[in-house]
Amino acid sequence: MSSDTKKVLTGPIVDNNPIALQVLGICSALAVTSSMANALVMTLAVVFVTAFSNLFISIIRNQIPSSVRIIVQMAIIASLVIVVDQVLKAFSYQLSKELAVFVGLIITNCIVMGRAEAFAMKEKPGVSFLDGIGNGLGYGAILMAVAFIRELFGFGTLFNVEILPLVQNGGWYQGNGLLVLPFSSFFVIGLIIWAIRQWKPEQVEKD
Amino acid sequence: MEHYIAILVKAIFIENIALMFFLGMCTFLAVSKKVDTAIGLGVAVIVVLGLAVPMNQIIYQAILAPGALDAVLGITDPNESIDLSFLSFITFIGVIAALVQILEMVLDKYFPALYQALGIFLPLITVNCAIFGAVSFMVAKNLTLGESVVYGIGSGIGWALALVLLAGLREKMKYSDVPEGLKGLGITFITAGLMAFGFLSFGGISL
Repeated sequence: MSSDTKKVLTGPIVDNNPIALQVLGICSALAVTSSMANALVMTLAVVFVTAFSNLFISIIRNQIPSSVRIIVQMAIIASLVIVVDQVLKAFSYQLSKELAVFVGLIITNCIVMGRAEAFAMKEKPGVSFLDGIGNGLGYGAILMAVAFIRELFGFGTLFNVEILPLVQNGGWYQGNGLLVLPFSSFFVIGLIIWAIRQWKPEQVEKD
Repeated sequence: MEHYIAILVKAIFIENIALMFFLGMCTFLAVSKKVDTAIGLGVAVIVVLGLAVPMNQIIYQAILAPGALDAVLGITDPNESIDLSFLSFITFIGVIAALVQILEMVLDKYFPALYQALGIFLPLITVNCAIFGAVSFMVAKNLTLGESVVYGIGSGIGWALALVLLAGLREKMKYSDVPEGLKGLGITFITAGLMAFGFLSFGGISL
């Protein structure tokens, strides 16, 4: 793999993370991170949609008139999300109920739209596809990290497997009630951003 | 009447779309630097939500809902009943995009001052997940036309309120001594988390 390809694929995971630096796709990152299973499904769905929307938009980028490009991009993204939604409903109905409107909200997830606009409209299909996967994974990395902290310390489980036995089940661990509540992900993401910026000081914002 | 007031209060405070469902977060965090711009964007979102939710309600109930087209096409056999609800994502996003485009033209012609003030925010509303989210909730809650008007405006006011509040806090935050790595996005996340904490206290109100 050439170094350019590798950069497109792995760059968005830490150096140019969609959530921590580009401020994209935050809504779903906050709402579906109460369990690792939900976060994983959401990650896979977003990787799929971002990669293929980037690919298709890049293929027809020279045919799209710029005045209607948003609608064209939306139509492609929405079709892909419908596919994901129907597949989820068919094979994992319980999970699709839990994720509820958030699968639909991938359409308006700014990562997909943002990458289509910023990358796929200019670059070749192959590299756009990789950019889509990379950004999907960068989004997923934060999502999984938040879900890991929230599920482990909030419920004492990982992927519904008991790690820290809770007091109410006869164990020793008192679950952290704050992390069970959805908005605790605000704090967790805020702290993750802090950690990343301590590690990579060039990301710190100027006043 | 009481019923509608209950829906309105619920949409603004108890089920605040920004702080309880985390919708429209990307713009919420990105455009909350100044109170003036926050007010402009807030008003635009209220108008778009107030129009988009009832409009999509009409389209959903008349065309997309399971069995809605049966009467028009004269289908009586339940096995042949038409269910177009899988098309709802793409229809909703199309309606929202068209609506924003029309609103842009109307404002440009009749209210140029407001149009200038809103600038880039108006087209960005298309990809604001608060709009799409509210429309999806409208379908999930099975609201009537009257209820959907109140719900749309209420959730718009709730979102705008949260945005203006956060902008006010961030303006004051310029004078605080925030740790280097937490500046900008990090501290905004934590502030928004604390605000969500505050709004949680409305949760105890039953209407």
